Amino acid sequence: MTTVTRRRALRYFGVSVAIAAASFAMPTSAQERTSIRIGYAISKTGPNSGGAGITTLPNYQLWVKDVNDAGGLELPDGSKLPIEVIEYDDRSSAEEVVRAVERLAAQDKVDFILPPWGTGFNLAVAPLFDRFGYPQLAVSAVTDKAPEFVQRWKKSYWLLGGGHDYTNALAGLLSKAAEAGEINKKVAMISVADGFGIDLVTAARPSFQEAGFEIVYDVTYPAGTTDFTPMINEATGSGADSFIAFSYPPETFAITQQAQVAKFNPKVLYLGVGTGFPAYGANNGENAEGIMSLGGIDPNNAENAAYRKRHEEVVGQAPDLWGSVVTYNSLQMLQQAIQRRGLDKEAVADELSNGTFQTVLGEVKLEDNQLRKLWFGGQWQNGQFVAVAPVDREGAAPAILPKPEWK
Amino acid sequence: MLTTTLIAGLVLGGTYALVAMGLTIQYGIARTMNLAYGETIIAAAFGAYLIHNTLGVSPILGLVLLAPAGFAFSWIVYGLLMRPLVRRSKGGAVLEIDSILATFGLLFVIQGVMLVGFGGNYISYNYMNFGVDIFGATVAANRLLAFVLALVIGGGLYLLLTRTRWGTALRAVSVAPESAPLVGIDADRAARFGFALGGALAACGGVVVSMYQTFTASSGVIFTMKALIVVIMGGVGNLAGALSAGLILGLVETFVASYVSPGLTLAAVYLIFLAILLWRPTGLFGKARR
Repeated sequence: MTTVTRRRALRYFGVSVAIAAASFAMPTSAQERTSIRIGYAISKTGPNSGGAGITTLPNYQLWVKDVNDAGGLELPDGSKLPIEVIEYDDRSSAEEVVRAVERLAAQDKVDFILPPWGTGFNLAVAPLFDRFGYPQLAVSAVTDKAPEFVQRWKKSYWLLGGGHDYTNALAGLLSKAAEAGEINKKVAMISVADGFGIDLVTAARPSFQEAGFEIVYDVTYPAGTTDFTPMINEATGSGADSFIAFSYPPETFAITQQAQVAKFNPKVLYLGVGTGFPAYGANNGENAEGIMSLGGIDPNNAENAAYRKRHEEVVGQAPDLWGSVVTYNSLQMLQQAIQRRGLDKEAVADELSNGTFQTVLGEVKLEDNQLRKLWFGGQWQNGQFVAVAPVDREGAAPAILPKPEWK
Repeated sequence: MLTTTLIAGLVLGGTYALVAMGLTIQYGIARTMNLAYGETIIAAAFGAYLIHNTLGVSPILGLVLLAPAGFAFSWIVYGLLMRPLVRRSKGGAVLEIDSILATFGLLFVIQGVMLVGFGGNYISYNYMNFGVDIFGATVAANRLLAFVLALVIGGGLYLLLTRTRWGTALRAVSVAPESAPLVGIDADRAARFGFALGGALAACGGVVVSMYQTFTASSGVIFTMKALIVVIMGGVGNLAGALSAGLILGLVETFVASYVSPGLTLAAVYLIFLAILLWRPTGLFGKARR
């Protein structure tokens, strides 16, 4: 126990062991504080590292750098303390993420914990955050059960909406197009037989039925499928104008490639996670034009544009066009809540629930601990992934329909 | 519809066979179960990606560079990691267990190096992604390349192994590593060569796979698993077995996806795997060993 403490102290404080140990003995006394300790467990290795490495981790790093470059996190008395980061790799294992969060709370006694990546992982650690009284600003978690979770775990916040939000927005967009006579009322749908795909397709079925659409093809495939030729062939023969795939990134890339090969060009092509990755636009160039997916950004939002530029400069890669900006927004919310209420977890949680924040998303206020003002659907237009749904939200661009021919 | 499915299945099977052939050679000749096999594939895929994206050179030309690199890498790995194990164990089951443990460690070393070098992000690029018409079915050119490469490499190596003196020596080591030295075969050298050859094949597979499949630094395990199924199903150490097992898997997956449900592809693959092993416990082309 002592050796761990000392080693950590040496590594992170960089001052003499004696002073570090002394300050460690009284972590709660604000006068002798030299830093604010923020910890997180994130998938740096394993199958989740691809998603965590684009939506979550770069934003944590960018935010810590931004804050520390500006002198640190500001407290209510106007003083500033630098952030000290404690990072663990959960190796994409649910047991490991639980263990790491427990260690952050019980052993490292950090001031705040940032959430892990993924719906399942956020649910796995939610009871721990609750037990230790940490606010949990879950971003990369899409769940329809958020209102229930908020009741169960009072300090949990859900910032990326639920499956129904996305499918209702999509159904709304398709209805509008069908009424204008641009597409027929048939959809073909495939989904990955895993968390995200199951959630979304379960939400999509009632959404489309209510909107009066007929689902003519509806199958699931196992995660890791690489050949979509059979499904594309079936969808071609189904007579649907809209093809929807609730897919993970490797499959999203594969479907895009294979649809081009098969010259399968439905009027609406809607794909899952990965479509909003900058690499998707870069790889597919003109062929990305007209492809839709979850998320999207308002290209006229100056704050967002500035954030994207800084992200690219600091991290060396562009942020994705769905969850990234919301992740950074959640960190700014935490920062402003600390500035107003200090380091008391209870007070910060209260501020997060009730306060209004000025972030990269503009003015943000949570409703029942959830962020409801979001872009639920985007489309690649002229090299940008532009928000097109919900169609009735101000700033939504009109969707380009039908999708242009493959180049 | 039937021909489309048949051709799609054969092409998919070719890609499976391509990534499995190196493993079957390594296991068959060098008697080492290389769990870091998939990592060699991914390393080559990263190589192809770099060649394509930074140098702007065709990944196919990259084969000229990466296949020998795969050979050299595996040659060195065998010398440093495997030879001491072979010497110590004097062949047999001990060597197999030791090699599994050693290459399991190697897996994490290679993966760690790639994670540090490239990060954990998804990598994909488009190359040769256009349709080719074969008997009315449209096939992606990059997948077709994998299929052709699998046939050429599989067929070529099969002929080499069965029709040449050099191939006979390699097979002799594979069948009876203790007796091969009695007729003047340098068993150590042959095993090392077999292992390196497998590495070169893995590199070829990686280059071609990178053209149509998204990968991350951690996705090597997926390839090792798939290759392992193909190798065990086809009969360990048998190239024709790997080729036919790969094609069977591809056909089963495509037919089930087209005519039953895409959700049952994995179940069908393992069902066939079980059925074949019940019928022929040593694999399709396997002979009883020991």
